[in-house]
This record gives sequence, C-alpha cells and structure tokens, in this order.
Amino acid sequence: MNWQGALQPFVLIAVVALLAWAMGSYMFRVFEGGKTFVDRALVPLERGVYRLCGIDPEVEMRWTTYVFALLAVNVVGFVVLFVLLSLQSVLPLNPAHLPHIPFWTTWNTAVSFMTNTNWQVYGGESTMSYLSQAWLVVQQFLSPITGICLFLVVARGFSRHSTQTLGNFWRDFVRALIWVAIPLAVIGTIVLVALGSPQNLHAYTHVTTLQHAHQTIAQGPIASMTSIMQLGDNGGGFMNMNAAHPFEAPNALSLLFQLVLGFAIPAGCIYLFGKMIKDLRQSRAIFAAMAIMFVAGALVMYHFEYAGNAVLPIHHVVLAAHKNMVGKETRFGVGTTTLFDNSTTAVSWGSVAASNDSMTPIGGMVNLFNMLTGEVIFGSWGVGMIGMLAFAVLAVFLAGLMVGRTPEYLGKKIESYEVKMAVLAMVVPSFVILILAALSVVLKSGLSGIFNPGPHGLSEVLYAFASGVGNNGSAFGGLSSASPWYSATVGIAMLLGRFPMYIPLVAMAGSLGRKQRIPASAGTFPTHGPMFVGLLTGTVLIVGALIFFPVLALGPLAEHFAMNAGKLF
Amino acid sequence: MTLRMLWSALRLVLLATVVIGLGYTFAMTGLAEAVFPHQANGSLVRVDGKVVGSRLIGQEWTSPKFFHGRPSATSPAYNAAASTASNLGPTNPVLLAHIRAHLKKFLAENPGVKASQVPPAMVESSASGLDPDIPVEGALLQVPRVAKANHLSVATLRALVESQVHGRTLGIFGATYVNVLELNLGVLRLDHSSAAGSASASHSARSARAG
Repeated sequence: MNWQGALQPFVLIAVVALLAWAMGSYMFRVFEGGKTFVDRALVPLERGVYRLCGIDPEVEMRWTTYVFALLAVNVVGFVVLFVLLSLQSVLPLNPAHLPHIPFWTTWNTAVSFMTNTNWQVYGGESTMSYLSQAWLVVQQFLSPITGICLFLVVARGFSRHSTQTLGNFWRDFVRALIWVAIPLAVIGTIVLVALGSPQNLHAYTHVTTLQHAHQTIAQGPIASMTSIMQLGDNGGGFMNMNAAHPFEAPNALSLLFQLVLGFAIPAGCIYLFGKMIKDLRQSRAIFAAMAIMFVAGALVMYHFEYAGNAVLPIHHVVLAAHKNMVGKETRFGVGTTTLFDNSTTAVSWGSVAASNDSMTPIGGMVNLFNMLTGEVIFGSWGVGMIGMLAFAVLAVFLAGLMVGRTPEYLGKKIESYEVKMAVLAMVVPSFVILILAALSVVLKSGLSGIFNPGPHGLSEVLYAFASGVGNNGSAFGGLSSASPWYSATVGIAMLLGRFPMYIPLVAMAGSLGRKQRIPASAGTFPTHGPMFVGLLTGTVLIVGALIFFPVLALGPLAEHFAMNAGKLF
Repeated sequence: MTLRMLWSALRLVLLATVVIGLGYTFAMTGLAEAVFPHQANGSLVRVDGKVVGSRLIGQEWTSPKFFHGRPSATSPAYNAAASTASNLGPTNPVLLAHIRAHLKKFLAENPGVKASQVPPAMVESSASGLDPDIPVEGALLQVPRVAKANHLSVATLRALVESQVHGRTLGIFGATYVNVLELNLGVLRLDHSSAAGSASASHSARSARAG
C-alpha cells in the first residue's frame, strides 16, 4: 500500500457526502413538491408527456396499483427492446455489418437491461450495431428510474401515516426522467467527450501504424452511452472491456468523474429519505453504516491487489514490484482501479475498470461480498436504500428481541408482517444464488462454461449469480456467459433478484403507510446513534457472512491459502 | 383500468425509445462533433496527413527502434475491434507460463536488464488489451535498446521519456505513466531532427502530445 492509494476511498467518501446533500435536496424538491430552478423549462415538457401518454398525474395510488403500473412499464420495455434487438440485421446504422444477434443473447440482454443489471453476454463492439446500442441506452434511462420509484413508494410508507395511498407512479417516473436522468446524462456526455471519449457515427477507423501494420479501431457514440451507464448505475458499456477500455475511460480524471456520476443518485436518495421523514439524523446513521463498509472493502481490496499474486515469487518470478497488474490498466494504477471496482460492485452498478477474474482471491472476494450482502452499500438508484431499510427493520427487530419489546422504526410499529416481508426480501435472493450456483457446478452444461481451474472456477460461477441476482452486472469475464445455460439461468436470476426482492418491501411500505405514527418514548431504541450504526453494520455483515460463508470458504478463501502455498490447479 | 395502464406504458416506452434512443444519441453526437471534434472522432494522430493510430488505443510495437507496450490478450494482439483481457486467475498455471514467456521476451529484447528491475505491467497483460501506456520505468529500461537502434544518445532518449511523463490526477488518483505512441512519435522526431528531416512529422508529434 502507498499513502496515495490508501487516501483515495476517504477522499471519495467526502465527495459522496457532498453529492448526497446536493442531489438529495434537489430531488426532494422534484418529487415531494417545491420548485426547482429548471421548472420554467421542464414543466411544459412534463405536461406534454402526460398528454401524449394519456396519463393523469394527480391520482394517488395504493401500493398495488403503483406496482402494477411499474411492472407494465418494465414488461412493455422488455418486449420493445427484445423486438428491436431481434431486428438488428435489417435496421440501419450498422456500419460494421454486424450480424443477427442469437436468441439467447437477445433474451438475456433484454432482461439484463430492463432489470438495471446490464450483465453483458456479448462484446459490444463486435455484436451490437450503433442503433442496437441506442435501444439499450433507452433502458439505461428507464430501468434505474423504476428503481427510484420503488424507493419513493417505500419511503412514503415511512413518511406518511394512516393512509392507503403512496403517490402516483407516472408522476414519479416522468419527473425522474425529465428532471434528473436526462439533464445529468447530457452534462455527463459533454464532460466525458471533453476528457477524451469518442462520440461519432462513423464506420470503424482503419489505420496504418508507424510500423506499417494495420489496425481497425472500433468507435461510435461511446460517450453518450458511457454517461448514462455510469449515471444510471447500469454498467453496460459500449465496449467489451467497459471502463477499462481507453475510449470509455481515457484517464484517471475521466474515471473519477464517472464515479461522481454513479454515486450521485444513490447517495442523494439517502439524504432524500431523511428529508421525507423529516429526520436527517436517520440519513446520517444509514450513510455512516454504508460508508464504513465501503471504505473497509476498498482498503481490503487495495491491500491484496497491491500485495499481489504470491504464486510468482514462490515460482521464482521476482519482478520490480509485487502488485498485481494482470487485467489492469497502467493509467489507473492499482489504487484507483480497486477504488472503482469496489464502488461498482457496492453500488449495484457493474461497470469495471479491470478484469475482476484476474484479481487476487481476496480482492475478488470483496467484489463478491459487496454483491452478496444484497447491494446495500449505497446500491443503485433507490433500491440500495430500500435494501438497507429492510436490514434496518431486521436490526430493530433483533434489538427488540433482545430486550423483549415490540420494535419501532421511524415512529412505526414493526410487527410480524413487516418482518416477514423484510426476511422474504433477503431469503429469496440468497436462495436463488446458492441453488443456481450449486446446479451449475454439478451439471455438465454449467461445468463446461468454467474458464479457470480449481476453486477459482467456483468463484466464477458464484460471481455470475451474485451479479445477476444483485442486478449488478459486474462479471468474472472468464466464464462462458454466452452459453445457453448461463444466458438462461443468469436471466432468471436477474428477474428473481429484482421483483421478488423489492415487491415484498413495497408491500411492507403499504402496511406501514396504513399505521398510526407513534411518538418516541423513553423506551424507544434510538436509530440515529453510533449504537445503531454498529447494529446495522453487524446485521448486514452477519446475514451476508452466515448465508454465504461455506461457499466463500470453498471458493476464494481456499484459493487464497492455495496461492500462498504456491499451489497451481 | 388494467388495459388503460398498459396502453399508457406502451406509449411512454415508445416515446422514450424515439426521444432517447434516437434523439439523445444524435443530439449528443452533433454537439460533441461541434464542440470537441478531436476527442469525438477518437483522438486520432496524423503524421504527414495520414492517420497512424489513436492517442488512446495501444498498438503492437515489434521493431527495436520503437518503445514497446504491454502484453495484450486480444487476438491478434492489440485488436482494437474486439477488446478483451486474459481473464486468467491467480492460481491458473497458464498465467504463470504467460508471465514467464513475456518476461523472457522482454529480457531478450533488452540485454542487460534484470528481472528484478522489470515492472509487473510490462509482463502482465492489460484489462482492455489496448492499454496505450506503460509505467515510466518500463520505458526507461528500453532506452538503451531504442537508442542503439536509432543511433541516438541514451541521455537524449532519457530526457525524452522524462519530458513525457503524465503525473497522478489531483496528486493521488491514477498512476504516473508514459504514452507509447507519443513516445515513439518523439523518437521519430529526434531521428528526423538529427537527420535534419521533415518538419511535418515533428509538428504532428507536438500536436499529438497536446491531445
């Protein structure tokens, strides 16, 4: 470790705190009434959208209606994307003459972009025409917005009381699009181009190098897609190697700016929540719990990547330094690479600046852990915050059990229905990850897709399902994810990790919204102090570790000890 | 109500498909081409009016007269139409074999260099397979070879490398490095000026560095 590298996560967290305040205050005005400085320009646009789509933005919805409308947008979005991708070979804007996309790839990709996962079973520059990339961009705008809608409805369950209704889906959706996603994505594109990313519709460039060799350079409308893929915590890049590709992140400054884009909304949601429930101390406690786990993960990953692969010195390959540069880019170095990849797995984002498959066992395990804990270390647009609220409900329930008192959270009684829903949201994803990973390591079609031998192969499989269920999209790139088996099963994992995870939490919010608010008394467990931060962090870590410890022991931990003994597989 | 909602959802998605899918992509392309044409078109580098590569995309350098980049896992190496990493895990024997082979090659190309001087980046393949940069030490180790092949002095080339070092961002982020194409354009310019040659190549080399 050097001091520059060790300082980076702390600097980033300070920036994220500022982002939380700035974006949170702005979004509070956008969603919960109030004026913003762009209203004059945007309100007429908003009215136009309502008219064109036949929407009444004033009707208050029950949670069931809200969820139905949300699912309608997702289902229709999936079908439209599926059809448009299937038509690639007959549609224009395909200067590289890329062929028809295979069925399983289309299916997996449409699910992937609709669920804000952006798991990519294809190499962008060698599979998708410019027009197909543009269709993917549509879902990169819409899918994170469904996430923030899920968050708004859950937050209103806490902020409102004695009510059946929790807002209007269409209004939340359209405002998130017009006030938040589009303006920020436009600014992001301009900055990314200024920092070096290409944005054109030309055919791939053929060059003759100074050595008289030929090189074909894939280009395209890269900056506009990179901007929304980072802002929306989508992570689905234009190029196969994502943010490690020099056109997507030409320098460390560009990568840092992409971190700012990716953290803006998830961090803003934490502050927004405090504004909605009129108690910013609660936001601070949740932010603290997330920040502790984030910084710890970043430092652990950095340490192990900097310490490098112990196999090399044991086998007499002694270089000028030990750090692991396999699958890393020179311009980022180990510190900023690990900072970025720790962020993108924690934020359910999935963009990568390295080949995570080539990380050291523990470095890779930090990525896995960020995803396996349910994507609550910031998490993507709104859903990270909902996941964390589920953990908070569980934490106060556990605290209540210890003292034998009915638990309360934010002035609402937490009863058996709420706890059941929170537990359901945690059990379903873990169950799906473990079952599908287990099937993949006993079935021939699953085993044949593994690239690296030994325990690392198990890590690859676990990573794929953790990423799918977490709607993350980050990958251990060695796995043949394009095979029918992994295309189909990871597709199922992405669906099960989205809807069965978050709908129970909306149901919980429906129940909370109907309840009376009870005033805090001397017996109320305070949920804004260091004690609660510790309890919340502990709940996340214990639930994550207990369910997955056995498989982590067989995968990355076993590989770590083997590596230190110089064993190869 | 159900049908009405589906109908609204369909209209909303189609509207988004047109406005975002087409409108956003085209508008951003037009704007970028107008404001930052050099970056928008891929930071291409020209010598005597001909495109010789992109400042951002690594190339395979084999001639002893040029500085060499990192090992690339694309097929063939530095295939800028299909980026990929090796994805080899730390306990995969193939990784060890690859690193040994790359080290052997680097030591053979640069006589007098010891393994313990070689930065890991020079023998371990990059993430994109298109890494355009190398660590500063990786370039300095190649100076004697490049100097000999071009009949230039070691001191001149060392000065060239040191003049092209990119520092860390904001003092702590990223790493220090040199860009291989910039460096080789610099070598070409030194060649030309020592042979009192073309002004256009030196001009291109200067403008490439500015990009």
